[in-house]
Order: sequence, then C-alpha cells, then structure tokens
Amino acid sequence: MSPRSVTLFLRSLSPQGRSDPAARSARDPRAYQLVALFTLLVLGLLRFGFDLPLSHVAVTLVGALVGQWLVPRLVGHFAPAESSPPPPYEWRSALISGLSLCLLLRARHPAWMGLAALIAVGSKFVLRVPRADGRGHKHLLNPTNGAIVLLLLAGAPVWVSPSQWGHHLALAFGVAGFGSLVVHRSARSDVTFAFLAAWVAVLFGRAAWVGQPWAAPLHQLESGSLALFAFHMISDPKTTPDSRAGRVAFACLVALGAGFMQYVLYRTNGLLWSLAACSLFVPLLDRWFSGGAFEWSAPGKGALSQEVGHAKSGVPGATRGVGGVRTA
Amino acid sequence: MRSPVFPVQLAVLAVCAPLEAVQAFCGVYLASGESKLFNHRSQVALVRDGDRTVLTLASDYEGDPKEFALVVPVPVVLKRGQIHVGDSSLVAKLDAYSAPRLVEYHDPDPCPEAERHLRSGRAGAAKSSFDGAAMSPGVTAEKSVRIEARYEVDEYDVLILSADDSGALLRWLGKHGYRVPAQAERVVHSYLQQGMKFFVAKVDLRRRAARGLTQLRPLQIAYESPRFMLPVRLGMANANGPQELFVYAVTRAGRVEPVNYRSVRLPEAVEVPAFVKGDFAGVWRAAFDRLVERNGMGVVFTEYAWDMTWCDPCPSPALTRAEQQALGVWWLDEPNPSVFVTRLHARYDRESFPEDLVMQVTADRSNFQCRVIVRNEWKGDARCEAANAYRQSLPARRAREANALASLTGWPLDRIRTRMGVGRAWLAAGESLTPHTPAAWWEKLWK
Repeated sequence: MSPRSVTLFLRSLSPQGRSDPAARSARDPRAYQLVALFTLLVLGLLRFGFDLPLSHVAVTLVGALVGQWLVPRLVGHFAPAESSPPPPYEWRSALISGLSLCLLLRARHPAWMGLAALIAVGSKFVLRVPRADGRGHKHLLNPTNGAIVLLLLAGAPVWVSPSQWGHHLALAFGVAGFGSLVVHRSARSDVTFAFLAAWVAVLFGRAAWVGQPWAAPLHQLESGSLALFAFHMISDPKTTPDSRAGRVAFACLVALGAGFMQYVLYRTNGLLWSLAACSLFVPLLDRWFSGGAFEWSAPGKGALSQEVGHAKSGVPGATRGVGGVRTA
Repeated sequence: MRSPVFPVQLAVLAVCAPLEAVQAFCGVYLASGESKLFNHRSQVALVRDGDRTVLTLASDYEGDPKEFALVVPVPVVLKRGQIHVGDSSLVAKLDAYSAPRLVEYHDPDPCPEAERHLRSGRAGAAKSSFDGAAMSPGVTAEKSVRIEARYEVDEYDVLILSADDSGALLRWLGKHGYRVPAQAERVVHSYLQQGMKFFVAKVDLRRRAARGLTQLRPLQIAYESPRFMLPVRLGMANANGPQELFVYAVTRAGRVEPVNYRSVRLPEAVEVPAFVKGDFAGVWRAAFDRLVERNGMGVVFTEYAWDMTWCDPCPSPALTRAEQQALGVWWLDEPNPSVFVTRLHARYDRESFPEDLVMQVTADRSNFQCRVIVRNEWKGDARCEAANAYRQSLPARRAREANALASLTGWPLDRIRTRMGVGRAWLAAGESLTPHTPAAWWEKLWK
C-alpha cells in the first residue's frame, strides 16, 4: 500500500469538518494519551506497588499545571520577543508531562517531583529551536525526558526504576495497545515502529554477538518500561523530525545510542540518555530530510500532508503541512 | 555422596573436586536453626559507590576443602592487592542484622491500676549461603587460555584466566582438575565475549593447616568497573531446581534495586497469631514460598533497606566500624559517613532469570524492614470494665491475625485456627465473654 493510499484511507476515517472545534478536539490524540497514562498510573499504584506516595503524584501534577501557565508568562516578561502573546493554556499537555513523570521518575522528596514537572513543561517554552523551514519552533527535548535527564545530570536525589513494571507480557501489550492508539491517531507511528525494529535488532544482535540465549533479549522486550518509552515518549510529535525519513533515522540513532549506553558504557536508563542526546540532532535531521510541521488538533497533517505532497508532485518536501502549535 | 559447593558470587561456578562425580549442585543445605531456612543458596556482600565495587563471596561449604573450588567471572584482571580473604563472620552478621524479623509484644493488663508490662523480643530469620554448580570434566587442550595472574592469597591459590575460546578454557579447567558442566560452555563463551576474565580459586591445604583454619574464609575482591551486575547464570548452568540468592548491598547513596528484574518489597508489618513465635522458621519459609508463588520467580524481593548508623529495633548489633571497613566500606573517614544497607532476595531458575542480575544504586534513603509481629494476649486476672472491653475485642483480633497469617503463608484458615487453639467463634475451649460484673460498692466496705 502506497503512502498516498494510506493517507487517503486515514483521511476517509476522519470526522468531517476540520474547522469544527468539537471535531478537532475529538481528534486530539492527547485525550487518549491522558486516559492511557492515567490508567497505567492507577495500575502501577494498585497492582504493581509503585514506590510512589500520593503526595508525589499531587505535587507533580500541580507543578506541571502551574508551570504550564507560569513559564510562558515569565518567558514573555523577560523576553517579550520570544513569545507574545502567551499561547493558549494547554492543560492536557501539562497533565501528560506530569503523568509521564509520575510513571517514570522517583524522588527522595516530593519537591523534586514538582521541580521536575516545572522543568518539563518549562522546557517547552525555553528549550526551543527554530524550525528548519523557518515557521515557528520545535521543542529541543521531549519534556519528560528532558526533565529526567537534566535532574540526573545535576545529581539531584531522583532516580528512574526501569524494573518497576516487571516483565509481564500482558501489561506490555496493554501499554503498547494504548500507546499504539495514540501514535496511530497522531500519525507518527513510524518513529515508534522504526525504533522498535532497530531496538530488536540491537538486542538480538548483541545477544548473538555475546552468545546469549534468545530468552535474554526476549526478556528485555517484555519490559513495560520499553513499551512506555516506545509508544509514549519517543513518539512525541513535537520533538521528532518532521519527515518520515528523518524520523526513521532518528529512531535508529536512539536505538543505537541506547545500545551503546547499555552495553558499552554499562549505564542504566540507556534509552532515556540516548533519546535526550539524539534529540539534539533533530534540527540537523530536519535540514537533511525536510518535512511538514505537526499540529495536535489535526494529527493527520504534517507528515502525512507531506507524503501527499510527495505523491502529488514527486518532489520531496514540495508540500508542507500546517504550522506547528506549541503543545506537548 | 557429599560434594562441594561454592559461593557463586558473580555467577559463580562452583567446581567440584577432581575425583567427585559430576553433580549439578554439590551438596544439599539443610535447614538447621533459623539461620539456614533456604536450600541452594548463595550470598554475596557487595559494597558499591561510583564505579568501585568490593565483593565478599561467602561460603558455608562444609565438605572436604581439597575439593573446594570457586570460579567467578570478573570484569577486570585483578592485582594481588585487590584480593583479600575476609572474616567468616562478616556476612553472617550482615545476614542477622538485615533478616526479616519477628517482633513480640505483650498486651498490658487492661485494668488501669495494674502494672503494665511491655516486652518486646525478636527472632532472626532467613539466613543464607550460596550454592554453586558442579562441573563435568573437560577433555584436553588448552590453547588460547592465558593465565593473566597467579597469586597466593592466604590459604587460597588464585588464578585470573582469560581466553579467546570457551572450549579451550573449559578444557584447560578440566585438565587442571576443575569440573565444568558441558552446559556451561555457552555461558562461559558469553562472558568471554563480553571481555570478562575468570577468577579461579582453590584451597592450598598446607597453608590452610599452617594457619590452623577449620573453615573456609570468604574471598573478597575489589575492582573498578561501570558494570554493576552479578553473573548468576554460570551457577545455573547445571542447576537442579530453583536457587536462592541473597545480596547484601552496602552503598553511600541509598537503596540498591535491580534494573532488569522486577523489584517487590516484602510486607512491612504483619500481625499474626502468637503461636508463630514457636515456629517462625516454618512460617517464614511458607511466607516466602507464597510470595514467590504470587509474584513469580523473575522477581527480586527487597527485604531490608536501612542506614546502618542506626536501627529500630535492631535485631542484632550493626556492624562495627572495623567490620564495615573489613567488608570494604572505604569512605568511613568522611565526616558522618553514610552506610546504607539493602538486602535483596531472589529465588530463580534458568527460565525466570535468562540474563544476569543488573542493579543500580538509587538516591532512595527511606528505611524499610520486614517485621512479623506477635502480640501476646493478657492472660492475668483482670476484673474491671476495661477488661470486659478488652476480652470482647479478642475474637475479632484473633480473626484478623489468622487471616493475615493465611494470606502471608497460604495456609488454610482451619489449620491456623487449630494451631491457635480456638474454635470457629475464635474462642478457646471454656473461654467465655461474659462480662465481669463489678462488685457493689458496699461489698468491699468492711473487708
């Protein structure tokens, strides 16, 4: 099936009337993401005994919501040219960042969770890079990933427990199923599947190299943390490259970088470190592989629009998607 | 036949004596007292900060010392000064200090005028040791095997071996009296591919006799490597049935947790019927079996996490500063040094632990201990209104404690009820809840 036919098929499923706010809201994949992350958090607290006091959850979510309101205004105050007028209040994006932090990050004191939430949502307004096509900005780091990595680098008393999920296949599939829905609707599933393919290659390639039984890489693939990363973090459309080729290259880079961290440097949380490091190269990838911007409320645009453009004109990048919206 | 076992610390390959028949696990550990509740066990004390690690490989091998051998993959070639023979009591003390414990309380006299008695006691629990895998004899050649170093360390002869080919290494080991099971070749190959060396130790009987030693002292190794893992797969190469692993991790920063296996905390405080104090070993064995049954074997249980500078209650004395230093804690000269202990316990087999145990040090310094609590009922004479309320509360409390024990161990409620000596109404034979009627005020007037 060609990209064009895929695009047309997906569009045939979309509600009519793109300008209808209700329809746009219904198509916003963040609603699904919120439900998915909230469900996982409840499951983690009730079923898997997450080492996460409710006070930490509360501080994190409040910190994210406050940060989402406060930081753009502070940025506007100190650097008026950067963001004026203040963007609309995106509470869903703030909650997604907060819930993701609750799922991944642990801290000795709840204040660190609050700080992480502030950094996460704040990074969206501070750590930005101009888009390759000159229209708007992109986030330099995935907010959750950026906050975790920055705090770990600073030596804060926080940590990530990658094994808290266990290796229960059913759970991993549950996460993947939820996440799949999200990425499918945001039309960026290519980065997830490219990453998973590359990560499978890294794990099995390494196992073959050192002579491990296949049970070892299979055990690692059953991780709930991996599914969470693949379907909810690396797929963030506001940080991934705009073009499909760029996203595939990006996904492969992240997988290779994580393999390097994990099996050469022997550091834990290789996926998180690698994603943060590779995100710094996204502007470069965007220059090499041009593509369309992403809009949360019209997820079918952006990359898919570009694919249509390719199909129509035969010229890569000839047709762009709509301009980006500062969210997520 | 009794055969040797080895502390299989880093994946430890236990190697049986040259003339012994090949066995998966040499020797069977039988519970004797509260310190040996689990069979087929390995125990490792591990001091870790940054990239520095000091491992203490405990051994409770009781067979013929000439048949003892230890094979452990290590990430670097060790110098002589990085190998030490420690005191046998170090790991035993850590075990006793961090074991899940039984805490006993006595209900006070419910009548306010009576003297109250509050006593507490405790009992130790799970102790551990190690296990190892036997090794089958190899064949011949020893090409491509390099002896990186050879040391005499007190009563031990130590070799550090490297090799390009696992077959050659196994043949070399077989030729020199180490029996390695054929199943281990793939695992050995995997470690060699990862650039690991093999630490091989045997006892020199002459030096042992000269020192007047009667037991095997633990070997300690210190090295610097970013790898924070225990190569447990070697010990599983020829294992029959599940193994028990106890890790006592000592860090400066905080709790240690597994990275590639799920971590589950033991119940923090469970109140159970008083008869448990007479059979804590049996109860705890059943409780752990039940935990494994519920969570599966691919799980590492956190049994204790505490700063060793204090404890409450202390089940046994914490390690002294000298003992901590002997264990390998190298930062004790700092002002107010932090020495945080984590006790991990896993039951595993080849299927549930397909890869080595990788760990990380977290910043978590919250204290955690597993306590099984027994509250002895007041059996004395008590005649007052408060005593009536106390007695009437007992059936519900007994039911609660029995249910907690049933949940903890999986034992049927009827069996627990029988051992408690109570019937379906949670009352003992002849026990009555008829309230005591206070005497009229004038009855004591002229007495």
